[in-house]
Amino acid sequence: MNDAITVRNLKKEFKAYSSRSGLKGAFRDLLTRNYKIVPAVNNISFQVKQGEMVGYIGENGAGKSTTIKMLTGILTPTTGEVIVNGMNPHKDREKFVSTIGVVFGQRSQLWWDIAVQESFRLLKKVYKVSDEQYDSHMAHVIRTLDIEPLLDKPVRKLSLGQRMRCELAAALIHNPPLLFLDEPTIGLDVLVKLKIREFLKEINEKYNTTILLTTHDLSDIEALCERVVMLDEGKIIYDGALKSLKEKWGEGKEIEFQFLEDVTLNDLNRITASSEVKWEKDEKEAIFTAFAEDNDELISLLIAKVVADLKVKDINIKETSTEEIIRNIYDRGIS
Amino acid sequence: MDKYIEMIRIRFLMMLAYRTNYYTGILIYSINIGAYYFLWSAIYGEKDAIEGMSVIQMSTYVAVAWMARAFYFNNIDREMAAEIKEGKVAVELIRPYNYLGMKTMQGLGEGIFRLFFFSVPGMVIVSFIFPLQFSADWTTWIFFAVSIILSFFINTQINLLTGITTFFLFNNTGLIRAKRVVIDLFSGLLIPISFFPLWAQDVLKFLPFQGISYVPSMIFTNSFSNNEAIQAIIMQGIWVLILIIPIQVLWIIAKKQLIIQGG
Ligand SMILES: Nc1ncnc2c1ncn2[C@@H]1O[C@H](COP(=O)(O)OP(=O)(O)O)[C@@H](O)[C@H]1O
Ligand SMILES: [Mg+2]
Repeated sequence: MNDAITVRNLKKEFKAYSSRSGLKGAFRDLLTRNYKIVPAVNNISFQVKQGEMVGYIGENGAGKSTTIKMLTGILTPTTGEVIVNGMNPHKDREKFVSTIGVVFGQRSQLWWDIAVQESFRLLKKVYKVSDEQYDSHMAHVIRTLDIEPLLDKPVRKLSLGQRMRCELAAALIHNPPLLFLDEPTIGLDVLVKLKIREFLKEINEKYNTTILLTTHDLSDIEALCERVVMLDEGKIIYDGALKSLKEKWGEGKEIEFQFLEDVTLNDLNRITASSEVKWEKDEKEAIFTAFAEDNDELISLLIAKVVADLKVKDINIKETSTEEIIRNIYDRGIS
Repeated sequence: MDKYIEMIRIRFLMMLAYRTNYYTGILIYSINIGAYYFLWSAIYGEKDAIEGMSVIQMSTYVAVAWMARAFYFNNIDREMAAEIKEGKVAVELIRPYNYLGMKTMQGLGEGIFRLFFFSVPGMVIVSFIFPLQFSADWTTWIFFAVSIILSFFINTQINLLTGITTFFLFNNTGLIRAKRVVIDLFSGLLIPISFFPLWAQDVLKFLPFQGISYVPSMIFTNSFSNNEAIQAIIMQGIWVLILIIPIQVLWIIAKKQLIIQGG
C-alpha cells in the first residue's frame, strides 16, 4: 500500500445552465431552465506513489481544480473511483481529511480578522496536534518560510506573498503525508515563489511528503516535479516524466551564428554536409540558424566544424522551452 | 471538544476586534426598550394588570427580552449564505470537524461576548432609567439560565436551517429577512404571546418560536409559576431535539449535491 492516490475512470459532470432570451424567455426560465451536461473531468485514471511530486497541468478550465476537489472529498464524483491515502474521501470524512493538507491559491483558509497565530492555534486543536509535535515541526516550518514576524498580524493586513506563506504553513500544521496545492504561486513575485519551491522540496525530502501541484506557471513544475500529468478538456493527454516530454516534443536545438565575414547558406551546408542539420538565414540581421537534433555530441561537433572554417562573432544555443512544447501540444494535439 | 471551545474563543476575539460596533448597539437597544416602555405605559394607563401582568412586570419583560436577544441572536445564517455563495465552504469541508457544529460554536462565542459586553451592562443602565423588578428567588435565576441557553439553541438551529437552504435556492436573502421578522414577532419579543388572540396562541403552541424569547422572559419576570416554567423548559428541550432532524436531513442532501463556486 504505497500509492498515495489511485484514480480510476473518474468523471465529473456539471449542469451548465443557459438563459433563454427576452422577457418571455425569462419567465420560461423561472419554470424550467435549459441546461447542458458538461463533463469537467472526463474518465481519467492515474496513480501517484507516496513521496512523488507531480505537476498537474492544463489550461484554464481543463478540470484541474475539479479533480483536486474530488480527491479532497469536497465534490462527489459522477462516476469512477478515488482512493486517497487508502481511503475513500467521502467515507470517514473527518479521519480522511486529517491525512491531507490543501492550499487553494485563490482562497484563504485563515481567519481574516484575527492574528495568524490564533488561526494556527485553532488548527492545532482541530488537528489534535500535540505541543511537542507542534513545536518540533512548526518551528522549522515557520523558520524556513520566514513568517515569524507575521504571526501576530491579522491576515487581512498581509500582502499576498506573506499570506500565501502563512497559508502553506497552516496546511502543514498536522504534517500531512499528502499535500494538494491548487495554484499556490498565482500572483506571487519571483522571490516568494523561489522560497515556496525551496520549502516544498525540503519537506518532500524530509518527510517524504507526496505533493500534487496544479499551476499554469511551468517554471514551478520544472523546478519541482519530475512527473507531469497534462489535462486537456477533462482528459489526460500526457502522463509521464517531464524529461521525456521534452525529448519527445522538444523541437531539438537551435544554434544561432553571427559571422565576421560574408557567408552564404551554401558555404554552411557544405561545411556541415556530413551531419543532419538544416540552416536558415535571417536576411536582415545576418543571423544564421542551425536546427539540429537535441544531442550534445552532434551539437558540439557542428559548432567545432563551423568555428574551424569561419570567423565567428557570436554563438547562441537555444532550447525549446517547456512552455513552447506545451503550447505546441495544445495547438497540434498529442498524436 | 477542545476544538469547539477554541472556536468559541476565536469568535470572542473577533468580536473584541470590532467591539466599538457594540457601543452604538447598546444605544439602539436602549432606545428600543425605551420606546416599548412608553408604549406599554400608555396602553396600561390606569390599569393595574393586563393578562395577569403588571406594568412593572411588562417593562421588565421588555428589557429582558431585548437583552436576551443580544445573547441568542446571531447572523450565522447570513454568514453561511455568504460562505456557500463564495465557495468558502470548500475550505470548511476539508477540516476534520463538523461544519454546523462549528457554526453553532461561533454563534455561541458571539453570544457570550454580547452577554458580557452588551446585555449585562445594558441591563444595568436600563435598570437605572426604567423601573424594573428583579427576582430575589434563586430558582427563577436558574430556570432563566437554562431557558436562555435553550433559546440560543432553538434560534441557532433555525438559523442553520435557513443557512442550509442556500445550497438549494439561488438567492435566499429574502428568506433570511423574512425569518428574522417572523422570529421577532412570533417569539414574543415585541408582544408577549399571552397578548395574542387565543386562536393565534393555539397555533403558536405548535411552533418553536415562543421558546426563543417568550419563555425566558416570562420566567425572568416571575410571570410563570414554577410548574409552568418547568413545562416550558421541557418544551424548549423537545424543540431542540426535534429541530436536529430537518437540519441533518437537509445537510446530508446538501453535501451530496454540493457544487462549489469558483476556481
Ligand atoms: N460549479 C460548477 N458548475 C458548472 N461548471 C463548472 C463548475 N465548476 C467548474 N465548472 C466547469 O468545469 C470545467 C473545469 O473547471 P476547473 O476544474 O475549475 O478548471 P481548472 O482548474 O483546470 O481551470 C470548466 O469548464 C468550468 O467551467
Ligand atoms: Mg483551477
